[in-house]
Amino acid sequence: MRYEAPDSLEGAVALLAAANGDARVLAGGTDLLVQMRADVLEPELIVDIKRIPETRAVTEEKGGWRIGAAVTGAELKEHPRLKKVWPGVVEAANLIGSTQVQGRATLGGNLCNGSPAADSVPALIAAGALATLAGPRGKRDLPVEDVMLGPRKLALQKGEMVASFLLPARPARSSDAYLRFIPRTEMDIAVVGAGVSLTLDGGGVITAARVSLGAVAARVLLVSEAAQAIIGSRLDKPAQDRLEAAARAVCRPIDDKRGTIEFRIDVAAVLARRTALIALDRARTN
Amino acid sequence: MAKHHIEATVNGDAVEFLCETEDTLLDVLRDTLQLTGSKEGCASGDCGACSVTLDGRLVCSCLVLGCEVAGRKIETIEGLAKGETLHPLQKQFLEHAALQCGICTPGFLVAGKALLEKTLDPTETEVRYWLAGNLCRCTGYDKIVSAVMDTAAAMRKG
Repeated sequence: MRYEAPDSLEGAVALLAAANGDARVLAGGTDLLVQMRADVLEPELIVDIKRIPETRAVTEEKGGWRIGAAVTGAELKEHPRLKKVWPGVVEAANLIGSTQVQGRATLGGNLCNGSPAADSVPALIAAGALATLAGPRGKRDLPVEDVMLGPRKLALQKGEMVASFLLPARPARSSDAYLRFIPRTEMDIAVVGAGVSLTLDGGGVITAARVSLGAVAARVLLVSEAAQAIIGSRLDKPAQDRLEAAARAVCRPIDDKRGTIEFRIDVAAVLARRTALIALDRARTN
Repeated sequence: MAKHHIEATVNGDAVEFLCETEDTLLDVLRDTLQLTGSKEGCASGDCGACSVTLDGRLVCSCLVLGCEVAGRKIETIEGLAKGETLHPLQKQFLEHAALQCGICTPGFLVAGKALLEKTLDPTETEVRYWLAGNLCRCTGYDKIVSAVMDTAAAMRKG
């Protein structure tokens, strides 16, 4: 097994593109090393991307924020301004694992691990984040909801890697939130996760919204019907009911030890409503 | 494939070692550098017994590759006491009898110290969340949390 730690995206892409066997990107390693240890993965090449400046930076861009794929949860939490603009994205990233895991785990890794239960992914999708991929033919942007195709399956082509994410510019009176259900208070994998981002007009009416649900299908879902259900409303009771119905309708969960199909569908509806109410409350004061 | 030759700083000392790609930082610390204070509990980042700081950041050394730490600064449990003088947190662990079998203790001490470097005024809830990635199967946590709280109080007074 080879290990490389290139200092440029071009270097990383060249290594990934030239690999003969399984090549894996190493960001925080909190999933990759565990899977290697369990012999789930036996890569021929590991490309550590943490020495590439673009993957480690948080910078303002086009009025929004660009977050490197290898920025850790702890770094997002400590960022002086990000949490005010994108509290849902930051709180979702901060729900992943322990303090120790937060010191390593990254947005890029959480997405590319390819789990439908990844906590930061519904928040990024609700935020309308773009994943910027670096590949042999240069860079391209893909909406985060299009990166994951199914469990462990990504839309990345050979030699491609996620370099960073772009969170768009925020109009006034906008905010976001993320909630997940776990049977414990900490350190668990989402049974259901819900991300909501929305914008209000001066009268408190929702003018734009995005709703995303995790762990209720083979991939994290962007639920446009749920967004449509609340746009034009003040999230009064009828709008909440429509949101819940839209959330229920889109769920195609599995039965497993963490939750049954029926339970996940119920929880998805409840979480979608609660998350939207938190985002609404935040947007009013933003 | 040749082994990786890595230079890093461990507890303030320059070290160099050879490792295979699959060797974790924990493997290197325990088996190559003979720093056996960091323990292997789960080897999957769940128990925190292998906690160290890497460039000041609390991490599980079982989830870091040895070859990743080239040029980095690592602090382990062996760096807590200064000679014969225990760190205040170590003293409080003894005062509170915050350990029984001791396997989790190095990880709790390293993690607790990392918290005290961020804040000397943590709430009990903050302490419990901060230490949620450190598992103890003996004491039931209360003594450990009390030890951290009392250390913070003592350090606030200077």
